[in-house]
Amino acid sequence: MSHSASQATGIGARIPRRELKRLLSGHGRYIDDIKLPRMLHAYFVRSPHPHARIASVDIEAARRAPGVAAVLIASDINSRCEPFVGVALHRPGHRSAPQRLLAADRAVWQGQPVAVVIADSRAEAEDAAELVSIDWQPLPVVGDQLQAIAPGAPTIHPELADNVAFDFLLEKGEPAKAFAEADLVIEEELRFERQMAMTLEARGLIADFDPSDGTLTVIHAHQSPFQMQDVFSRHLHIPEHKVRVTAPDIGGAFGMKLNIYSDEMATVVASMMLGRPVKFCADRLESFVSDAQARDHRIKCRIALKKTGEILAMEMDDIGAVGAYGMPLRFNVAEGMMAITIMGAPYSFENYKARTRSVYVNKNLIGMYRGVGMPLACIATELLTDLAADKLGIDTVEFKRRTYRPKSSLPCVTPGGQRLETVSFHECLEKLVAMIDYDALRKEQSEMGKRGVYRGIGIATFCEQTAYGPPYYGPSGAPISTQDGCTLRLEPSGSVRCITSLTDQGQGTLTSVAQIVADSLGISIDQVSVSGGDSSISPYGGGAWASRGTAVGGEAALRAGEMLKQNILALAGTITQTPTHALDIVEGQVVNIRTGQPVISLAEVGRIGYFRQDTLPRDYDTQLSVSASFVANDKLYYMANGVQASYVEVDYDTGFIKILGQWAVDDCGRVINPLLVEEQVRGGIVQGIGAVLFEECVYSEDANLLNGTMADYLVPMSNEMPDIVVAHVETPETSTKLGAKGIGEAGLIGAMGSVWVAVNDALKPLGAKVLHQPFTPERVLDAIARARDSKRDGQVQRGD
Amino acid sequence: MKSRNFRYIRPASLAHAYQILTEANGEAVPVAGGQSLLAGLNMRLSAPKLLVDIGDLRELMHQSHLGGIVRLGALTRHGDLLRSELVRQHLPLLTQAAPHIGHIAIRNRGTLGGSLAYADPAAELPACAVALGATLVLGSSAGEREVKAEDFFKGLFETDLRPAELIVAVKFPVVQPGMAAGFAELSRRHGDFAMVGLAAIVSMQRDRIDSARLVYLGCIDRAKVAHAVSAAVVGLRAPLAVSASFDEAIGQDLAPDDTPEMRGDTKLHLAKVLTRRVLNGLAERAAA
Amino acid sequence: MSTRDLSGHEDIEIDATLNGKPLKRRVKARQHLADFLRQELELTGTHLGCEHGICGACTVLIDGRTARGCLTLAAQISGKSVETVEGLTENGMLAELQKEFIERNAAQCGFCSSGMLLTAHELLSSGDSLSRADIRKGMSGNMCRCTGYHAIIDAVEAVMTTRARR
Repeated sequence: MSHSASQATGIGARIPRRELKRLLSGHGRYIDDIKLPRMLHAYFVRSPHPHARIASVDIEAARRAPGVAAVLIASDINSRCEPFVGVALHRPGHRSAPQRLLAADRAVWQGQPVAVVIADSRAEAEDAAELVSIDWQPLPVVGDQLQAIAPGAPTIHPELADNVAFDFLLEKGEPAKAFAEADLVIEEELRFERQMAMTLEARGLIADFDPSDGTLTVIHAHQSPFQMQDVFSRHLHIPEHKVRVTAPDIGGAFGMKLNIYSDEMATVVASMMLGRPVKFCADRLESFVSDAQARDHRIKCRIALKKTGEILAMEMDDIGAVGAYGMPLRFNVAEGMMAITIMGAPYSFENYKARTRSVYVNKNLIGMYRGVGMPLACIATELLTDLAADKLGIDTVEFKRRTYRPKSSLPCVTPGGQRLETVSFHECLEKLVAMIDYDALRKEQSEMGKRGVYRGIGIATFCEQTAYGPPYYGPSGAPISTQDGCTLRLEPSGSVRCITSLTDQGQGTLTSVAQIVADSLGISIDQVSVSGGDSSISPYGGGAWASRGTAVGGEAALRAGEMLKQNILALAGTITQTPTHALDIVEGQVVNIRTGQPVISLAEVGRIGYFRQDTLPRDYDTQLSVSASFVANDKLYYMANGVQASYVEVDYDTGFIKILGQWAVDDCGRVINPLLVEEQVRGGIVQGIGAVLFEECVYSEDANLLNGTMADYLVPMSNEMPDIVVAHVETPETSTKLGAKGIGEAGLIGAMGSVWVAVNDALKPLGAKVLHQPFTPERVLDAIARARDSKRDGQVQRGD
Repeated sequence: MKSRNFRYIRPASLAHAYQILTEANGEAVPVAGGQSLLAGLNMRLSAPKLLVDIGDLRELMHQSHLGGIVRLGALTRHGDLLRSELVRQHLPLLTQAAPHIGHIAIRNRGTLGGSLAYADPAAELPACAVALGATLVLGSSAGEREVKAEDFFKGLFETDLRPAELIVAVKFPVVQPGMAAGFAELSRRHGDFAMVGLAAIVSMQRDRIDSARLVYLGCIDRAKVAHAVSAAVVGLRAPLAVSASFDEAIGQDLAPDDTPEMRGDTKLHLAKVLTRRVLNGLAERAAA
Repeated sequence: MSTRDLSGHEDIEIDATLNGKPLKRRVKARQHLADFLRQELELTGTHLGCEHGICGACTVLIDGRTARGCLTLAAQISGKSVETVEGLTENGMLAELQKEFIERNAAQCGFCSSGMLLTAHELLSSGDSLSRADIRKGMSGNMCRCTGYHAIIDAVEAVMTTRARR
């Protein structure tokens, strides 16, 4: 196999990313850094009202403003784009009103674009936008999911019967019977406020339509150039082979930059109309009212157990407020569906009932954001099992030991329908328990409690669907490809150029691919260059999202590497008159396997293969550039798993929560680069902590966003965050050569579960529970006050 | 967002600045550190026609310590407050409060005068100025006048500053021996605006409070002495117990409004907790 | 007495030092420093994350101290010395930090990195020994959405330790 130099930089190597030198010296090239000749700037006039009729729009003064090339409204551009209907074909009853580029006679969410100003500079576009005069007539607002389904609620889209986008029921076994026969039933109602990805770099794109040849080039801060190539082609009626989408350096994505946005589509149409490049970069204020948002659920859940701890049944009733339209392609039913289908997955139980409803409200659209519905499933499951264990007098770790699905039960399908094959619940748990010194931590918690310092321990295990395959998206009708591919080219000088369909928004997919290529070819990573994110150059693919980049694109790179190696060895064999099977590539040299001696360098193979084909046999076919794609036709996903622990302190007097420690054990299959995996987990964890403790889009009753600045939407900063310890377990995916699964979302999913449980663990002495995320000091104090009041009033608490 | 268009001028002297402001007749705003103003301009919250950059006027930078008064020029940066030995020795309240003002980059630019002129009820320095019994020196083409800090803050973001007038300096009486300075604030993240904060100048006789001058931030519309609770704690011994009279007094001084992020009663509760913690902390320090 | 300007201008002549070199330019009064660097001088290493002074992506050094580029007008730098990530990379002042950041993957998307590096640079320039908690506090004005901060704090701590040993 490969030896020292390639091993040092190959699969499993803990090496830094090559991109960092560039990014850390201020040489990143993000969308707003890029200028094209004759480029114009777009700025959108947006609805200040969550729901209002547009009686008239006067753009005359704006048109005449300095630097303005055009001001476009619905009647100018909507007809140039096929409307979007965000409906998953395989979900019966899923419906959405069609969404067009700009609001025409009615705006249905605060932030919906109504007009776009195209000018020489962003500042001038904003100046002109102030001159656009719109006559608004506010309409009744549907502000949240309960309002949306209340009898007599206004229907946001008259063409739909009501505000329900989707209603799905799931039942397995005999849940009613199980609940009736249980020794213990715990039931809770959980609330999740709206949250946002809040990437540090906001969205942006430069659309460049060349009317001379009808080609469209879009430089797009997007996770999937291929998806957008399809969308632009299909919706704007441009032949697909004339559309090219490339991704520049991207300042964070987390799924938010995977969605389809009417303002981005409108920017492309503007470029088509003006025949010049048009740039649209959302600023932070805009991002609050236009980036796809996430969460916004109310979940009723319960668990039924025997007093031995055996779980008899679980139930979940979820309702999510998904905004004013169905998100196209990246369907908003995903959060609810994942929540109900993944609930309880790590635990042995047979009876299950669940319902999810997605409802329309006069708010911004819900779309993809890290974890999607998996954190909700994790939280509900881990909270209920922890409370159950506590009520039954069983230590929470011991409870998990008894009730996790053992390896001997795999493969299996959970009551929610999840396929578990190579998961490792017990193994990860034991590793975690040892890592945190669980018994010592419990002891410390108890001692501190006697001193009036209230600490909590939360342990949360989770399943993560990674690397979705064709069965996941295909039936939905969404043109989302889950294959990825890689072109590898031996350069004449002996180095290797890799062009992957993957993208990289900081996860390190490109470095991982370089490691895989280097490893498969027996060369050092220094001899490999990797570029990605160009829909016109690489094999067709998916990109980096939903924890799939390394698993799928890496597999393609591995296969391409093996193909290229064979071709190199075949050529080397021909040149040196040696049988191919006697040769290998070690540290960049073709060597004789038996003797270990170098036979010919890669550079020499390249020189002859490209410049001296005259010295080769007449019919020899030199192929030093290969392409391979990979997709797992029948795989819904690779199920990964992990477990996390949080150690927190809750100040009963102020409601403030401090995270004292956070630990994670992750099984993402074969680890290509442990450094990158750990850092993905850490980043996800902090987003998860942010979600549980800090982040919230605050709305008035009538859906006005009240905290649309970075001063008021609280993203975690370094001072409040803990040190985070990460360890690995590797249970390889068995259906691929690479054996890697995904890791991108694990950190967030597990942390949300463990922090929820830990905070409630800290409140157990009071019998208080905080179930409304984020856990603001006020919500914690209210929970404590409620518990004290109910104790005082002698009321029986729920769940007793 | 990009700010609207405006003109800019950097006056050659304080006198020149006064002239410009007077001439502009309300359409000019002074900018010193700019940490609050520019954020607002970037969000198009205001539309001044002229920005008068007073940030380099030497006349606003003097510091002196004379006759029991520390005089700090209006252009004293928050970072300077933090690092100043003069301030640490004689105005320890400011040394305690300064680390809470935003972050390092904000403190490098933000100024004492700017913070007092902006009069954000959640800001640290207006509360400290009132707690320390400071006097503001205000100047204009008409000359200088002095206003006590406790009379300067008139309402929500409202001060006694007249049109075309600037804060020139702030005169702080030094904290006397036997008086202790305490500052604390509760904020969701370090550097955020305070949810609730307290600037306290207190004298203690061992564990007994002899006198107190308490000024809250984040709870009311402006910095002012909380007279009722300041009086109510006199004679009490630390650690302070929960008491009805204390609760009543603090309820008199602070009647925080409900906001979407926090109800008034929660804020009041936090103010009570913070008050006890600050005073108990001062007692512990005095005992040590 | 000469008549003095009382009304100001929309365009201002500035005379400053940028990354060690003289800079004489006409700037728009309304343009903030970060936009001036990015648009007019095409130094795009300084980034915009919020334009309200919270996220720190626009951090530059003014007279050796960190400042938010979005909360400073280009006109305000006249008479001052400004340094950006590009300049501090070129003169090697960030080399130790960059090396430690790279080794620990203390940057992922890289958008916060110039701000992080400059803030860390200032934090360490006092030469004081800082606790890990001090470092976390000192870096708390720079938002990162990718790394979770742990690796960044490790990197800053590592440079501090190395320098202390010298």
